[in-house]
Amino acid sequence: MAKVKLMDIAIARSGDKGDGSNVGIKARTPELYQFLKETLTTEKVKQHFSEICFGDVTRYELDNLNALNFILEDSLGGGGTETLIMDAQGKVHSLALLFMEVDVPDHLLA
Amino acid sequence: MSDKTVLIANGQGFWGDSLLGPKRLVEEGPLDYLTLDYLAEVTMSIMQKQRLRNPEAGYATDFVSMLKEILPTCQQKGIKVIANAGGVNPQGCLKAIKAVVKELGLTGIKIGIVEGDDILDQIPELIKSGEAFNNLDTGESVDKILDRLSSANVYIGAKPIADALDQGADIVVTGRATDPSVVLAPLIHEFGWSMDDYDRLAAGTVMGHILECGAQCTGGNYCDWKSVPDFARIGYPIVEVKEDGTFTVTKHDNTGGLVNIDTVTSQLLYELGDPKGYLGPDCQTDFTTIQLAQDGENRVKVWGIKGSAPTPTYKVSMSYENGYKIVGQLTYTGPDAVAKAELAAQILFDRVALYGTPIPEEDRFVEIFGTNVCYKGIVKQSEEPAEVLLRVGAKSADKNLLNLLGREVAPLITSGPVGVTGFAAGRPRPTEIVGYWPALIDKTKVTTTVTVEEV
Repeated sequence: MAKVKLMDIAIARSGDKGDGSNVGIKARTPELYQFLKETLTTEKVKQHFSEICFGDVTRYELDNLNALNFILEDSLGGGGTETLIMDAQGKVHSLALLFMEVDVPDHLLA
Repeated sequence: MSDKTVLIANGQGFWGDSLLGPKRLVEEGPLDYLTLDYLAEVTMSIMQKQRLRNPEAGYATDFVSMLKEILPTCQQKGIKVIANAGGVNPQGCLKAIKAVVKELGLTGIKIGIVEGDDILDQIPELIKSGEAFNNLDTGESVDKILDRLSSANVYIGAKPIADALDQGADIVVTGRATDPSVVLAPLIHEFGWSMDDYDRLAAGTVMGHILECGAQCTGGNYCDWKSVPDFARIGYPIVEVKEDGTFTVTKHDNTGGLVNIDTVTSQLLYELGDPKGYLGPDCQTDFTTIQLAQDGENRVKVWGIKGSAPTPTYKVSMSYENGYKIVGQLTYTGPDAVAKAELAAQILFDRVALYGTPIPEEDRFVEIFGTNVCYKGIVKQSEEPAEVLLRVGAKSADKNLLNLLGREVAPLITSGPVGVTGFAAGRPRPTEIVGYWPALIDKTKVTTTVTVEEV
């Protein structure tokens, strides 16, 4: 097992969805995607964003793209058009997710 | 099956995108259709206000000045232009385009205008006829905002745009058409795709989704940014489309940026909800059916897309006036930069209260950059940042109250804690908050019109 940040094994992009954001994350290999699918639960993501996301977290799977899509409700301080926060559209929620540390089996990193 | 390939590009992904995109796209390589996407939720409301002040305004003026630059090349090469630049005044946009055509001394240019998306004036009668316009996200009743409504536009589909192209239009301008519609429409026109051929319509929708943010699928906003060559000359995206709906995402040769499976996937994931049910006016698209493969340098092949019948409703984007907001900025330096910034914010709110009316706690806003605002609770913050940026402000229905706050920001420099600088931006002013209200409307209640006029 090796402790790595998600940014070492995945890429991501995020944007606004009403008063929340979506964070799409794509694994760098199909094997790492299977690992992410097992590891990256909605609970884990909700916990990771505990000081940013105050609503529900929903997860969708896109096996065809080796990608997961998370919806983070109530994560923009009131919504894209009303909020005063700098990251009004959740543009960097993608990188925020990639800061998460996970234990990855060594053979997946070879 | 015909061997014909249709080339469609997006040259501007939003109102304010670089003018270099469309200019270079029409000049640097082959192209059949240039599409431009201008309208975000807030945009319509801004345009509605502009039109109230000036009946000639209320459309994307950037589009017209951009056209002036590219129209001679487009006419010479036969490149058609499609844009949702009409805002709340497509006829005003038409008038401005005509003036540009005349100014350039061009003739024989056909301009198509698609209207019918703007239903602001019809809202009362539509409600009487049974349309609820409840908030799609929260379920709330529209009564709550009816007296503050500032715009209401239906997201219309590709068919009326395709009709304008069928009538020979060289330029098509719409109001609030969906972003993918401007890409799907030329394919319906070129290949004669049927409006119940949902797999093909879904393929066109996916193309639109990939293209709609311009260079965001050719290396812009991409995690592996160090691998992106020549950002300054980044190529804007092009799809090469076959009759069967399979397509290749690419960019012109000798441009910067890159197109690979990861750059395309990143954009597919952008602003995505439930991937199995991507709703559009013309079909529903299943994003879990999309297949991607690298097909040479800067070429990604896309196929396998499945669609299904659309819902009987269109989405409506409504906006309403929801008070005012203000944010001011000051820079505080250490030692104790954070403590001083926090104190300055408190002094500011206390001083506003001295005028008579305190701003309620819940309407106040303080954000101190340098303390990991964007990664709150995720990245450990440094113990003692040497400098921080204080963003301080409030929301209120009372514009004058916010003006007081705006006036009291600069005085903090001489009458607050030491170590403050950076007031170059001047006094902050309150701006209107535009509330966003998504809703649905029965498709049978919406009538779109298409006119094509030769100049």
